[in-house]
Amino acid sequence: MQYQWDFGFLLQYKGLVGIGALYTVGFTILTALSGLAVGCLVALLRLSQWRAATWVVTAFIEVFRCTPVLVQLVWCYYALPMLTGLELTPATAAFLTLTLYGASFYGEIIRGGIISVDLGQWDAGRALGMRRSQLMRRVVLPQAFRRMVPPLVNQTVLQLKNTSLLSVLAVPDLLYQGQLITSASYRPLETYTMIAVIYFAILFPLTRLAHRLEARPGH
Amino acid sequence: MSNTRMIELIGVQKSFGTLQVLKDISLTVDKGAVVALIGPSGSGKSTLLRSINLLTVPNSGYIRVGDHAMDFSSTQTLPRDRELAAFRARTGMVFQGFNLFPHMTVEQNVMEGAVTVLRTPKAEARELALSLLGKVGLADKAAMRPDSLSGGQKQRVAIARALAMKPEVMLFDEATSALDPELVGEVLAVIRSLAADGMTMLLVTHEMAFARDVADRVVFMRDGCVVEEGEARQVIEQPAHPATQAFLSHFHNGLS
Ligand SMILES: Nc1ncnc2c1ncn2[C@@H]1O[C@H](COP(=O)(O)OP(=O)(O)O)[C@@H](O)[C@H]1O
Ligand SMILES: [Mg+2]
Repeated sequence: MQYQWDFGFLLQYKGLVGIGALYTVGFTILTALSGLAVGCLVALLRLSQWRAATWVVTAFIEVFRCTPVLVQLVWCYYALPMLTGLELTPATAAFLTLTLYGASFYGEIIRGGIISVDLGQWDAGRALGMRRSQLMRRVVLPQAFRRMVPPLVNQTVLQLKNTSLLSVLAVPDLLYQGQLITSASYRPLETYTMIAVIYFAILFPLTRLAHRLEARPGH
Repeated sequence: MSNTRMIELIGVQKSFGTLQVLKDISLTVDKGAVVALIGPSGSGKSTLLRSINLLTVPNSGYIRVGDHAMDFSSTQTLPRDRELAAFRARTGMVFQGFNLFPHMTVEQNVMEGAVTVLRTPKAEARELALSLLGKVGLADKAAMRPDSLSGGQKQRVAIARALAMKPEVMLFDEATSALDPELVGEVLAVIRSLAADGMTMLLVTHEMAFARDVADRVVFMRDGCVVEEGEARQVIEQPAHPATQAFLSHFHNGLS
């Protein structure tokens, strides 16, 4: 059996593919940013002396780390409205889930970076009379950041891959558009190959970047 | 409150969990005086030094540096971030492990306190940093990163960094203990010059000859208590207390 490859027909769907790529990349960027913001908060609360907050945040992190994103996504879209009476659009549910999921991982990376900074650095900053915010901004975070960047990039690679799960909620990401094209063209082989190649083309430079940053000697 | 006393501690106590590390310590340091704090490892010297600038907050007692005082006997609430910072800004501290900021140049290290804490304009802070680096003999290293310096040079930068805050008091916690023997002298020389300038200093040290020659007074601590205190030469050469005698007997070959 000889399969006749034919990628030419895909040209007519380039608009659909473009929208899909836009959704995939857009959701990644948005949820990486919101996830980082919430992640910072998560890290600071986990590092705080405030016991109740530490406990709540630890529980949050474990829930999101120990359940599959797909389950979180479906739960957030189908189950959460039943609990709260609040209807979420698929995009909102997806944004919410990926933000919190990202935050639980980003938060741990940020916390790890912060606690990896030598205690002597905290002493030195405090001894100069720095306030907590100055100490963080001038001494701790610049050093922690160098160590955080490679794992943060890696986590963002995962974040982008996870956006493919949005297709389950009919959010028109790359994979969902691929499904649309397949059902119209009956050519899953070319379609899904192209989808995979697009993911690869986006992610390969990112993983290279993470690799370079990891290999870089430094503090 | 006496003007001649720069540091005053009354009844300072500190416990870590069930371990009582400072047991009712009272101590004064006169303005312009150099006091050496000696004693066996684990006796609470570092904890005492750190209590003076509240890097370690005592459980009870009274601490005064210059005309800033904190009383921990009455209040249950810990001082707030702002108060702690303001209190610490008036004392300089030098650590055994240098603790220079590795992401900044030597000059930036020295400027950091002035710029961030005192809000000194950058140009002025840079001028100050360069003059202090000159004072510790490292003007030519201003643009270097700390990790390219020797231990002795690092410690001299750390001293310049502390001096840039124009502190009323300098605290040294075993400033030469992490150094190779041949580098100890250059750091001690800087401390000696500060003493000559009239800086009030409290230093934890194992350099007994240095303590004898440079310090005015020596305080011997053991198990969280001040066991003996007196004029430096007196305590080091003719200690009165058996515990001080036993401790100093380990050093006598270095005390010619
Ligand atoms: N942050 C801390 N937590 C618990 N124990 C500590 C802490 N800092 C010091 N200690 C303990 O307090 C005692 C005195 O320590 P330290 O003040 O460092 O003594 P020294 O400087 O004289 O060697 C030691 O037993 C040490 O283990
Ligand atoms: Mg010590």
